Amino acid sequence: MQMGSILEEYILDTIRKGQRDDGRSFNAYRDISIKSSPLQNTEGSADVLIGNTRVLAGIKIALDEPMSDKPEDGNIITSAELLPIASEKFEPGPPTPEAIELARVIDRGIRAANMIDTKSLFIEKGKVWSVFIDIYVLNYDGNMFDAGTIAAASALFSTRLPKLEGEDVIREGNLERLKPSNLVTSCTFGKIADKILLDMTAPEEMFSKARLTIANDENVVRAMQKGLGGSFSTSELDQMIDLSFEKGKEVRNIIKKATGE
Amino acid sequence: MAEKPELIINGKRNDGRSSGDLRPIKIESNVIKNASGSAYIEWGKNKIIAAVYGPREALPKHTADPEKAVIKCRYSMAPFSSLEEHGRSGPNRRAIEISKVTKEVFENVVMLQDFPGSEINIYIEVLQSDGGTRAAGITAAAVAMASSGIPMTDLPYAVSAGKVGTEVILDLDKLEDNYSDADMPMAIAPIQNKILLLQMDGTLSREEIKRAVSMILKAGEAISKLQIAALKKPYEEISERYAKE
Repeated sequence: MQMGSILEEYILDTIRKGQRDDGRSFNAYRDISIKSSPLQNTEGSADVLIGNTRVLAGIKIALDEPMSDKPEDGNIITSAELLPIASEKFEPGPPTPEAIELARVIDRGIRAANMIDTKSLFIEKGKVWSVFIDIYVLNYDGNMFDAGTIAAASALFSTRLPKLEGEDVIREGNLERLKPSNLVTSCTFGKIADKILLDMTAPEEMFSKARLTIANDENVVRAMQKGLGGSFSTSELDQMIDLSFEKGKEVRNIIKKATGE
Repeated sequence: MAEKPELIINGKRNDGRSSGDLRPIKIESNVIKNASGSAYIEWGKNKIIAAVYGPREALPKHTADPEKAVIKCRYSMAPFSSLEEHGRSGPNRRAIEISKVTKEVFENVVMLQDFPGSEINIYIEVLQSDGGTRAAGITAAAVAMASSGIPMTDLPYAVSAGKVGTEVILDLDKLEDNYSDADMPMAIAPIQNKILLLQMDGTLSREEIKRAVSMILKAGEAISKLQIAALKKPYEEISERYAKE
């Protein structure tokens, strides 16, 4: 018998018994902790732990040109790096499809919830601010989607907008806050042994057949992404959406506390 | 570039240090759970994580050496690590050179012959930079390597010295580096008393190099102590916990 299949049997058996390896219920997050503004050279930053998963978000804001189809809006550019320090599974090199999916799902939630008012990033004709959101995965133990969204959202709440003085971009001193107008979080569920689990660990993700990320704010769902080869039923979808509002509220309270909102 | 600021006034540098002073250094080991060994270093305003993975099978296979382990190193600066513009992600030419000289530092001290056919990966991620990141990165990587339990013949450290005007100074920060007349990072194996890395650009006389080297060696005693303390700390915490039970 292969090591992989021994682990798989163990994980599946535990879940069939209604338990998880770390003692959590199916609907519980691991401990979430947020360190706001750990980096001083960024415009905003946050260091987030969900269990052993650690994700850092760094925000830089640069003087830029607007997109030709949106001449009066600033830009948001989100990237994610699955750093080789984070797991023996991650290798150095250009972004993998997994890293690109991660960045795009985080980006979609933030954009759809209007966390950043892109109109407020307009300076003058042909000049806007571009907000670069970099998601750095430092240690991987599952659920990078929620950790990444929490890190990005928390970092945006600590972000200060640079000033333009003539041609010079001023990044230090007395600066205006970005003041996000909304707060989006995501809840990511997995399906293992026909059970729905919130906040999977790395070994759970290994044997999960389907994954669903739901990004929402207080009132509405803002973005969703199904991943992996398996499927969900419509009643499972309803169950996850209900739970995402309940759990999202808990997470938003943790973010508010950590960022002093 | 803007006009050169006055970097040394009445013998004091812009952050209040004297010529031979290090910036404050904090080192913590075992910060990345998944890694074989890891360390976080704050060196002045620099914030850097180093992690070691391995020894593990060298892949792709043609990179393996049947006689000994190979070291692979990646030094990389986060796109948000500097105060200026958003950088590009992944290593640029400067970072590739730093990765190479860092790898060569560790080829001198890691007992590679114990692990034929395998690779040992050193990853250095600069999260915040303020001059001297290669030296801080090597110092952290040495702690990461030692904390992984991979046998080493020495515990290297690195620090740079340089020159501003006529004054030889230790541990240049970003501002000093930008306007310095010389910069000379060195990595040292303190037990064996060997130079493992030496780079220099600018102008230094023979006497100035001697002064720079002696400053580096003196500072190295303090850096080595911090490295050893960082390595011991997790074990001291465990033994304290047992002592209480």
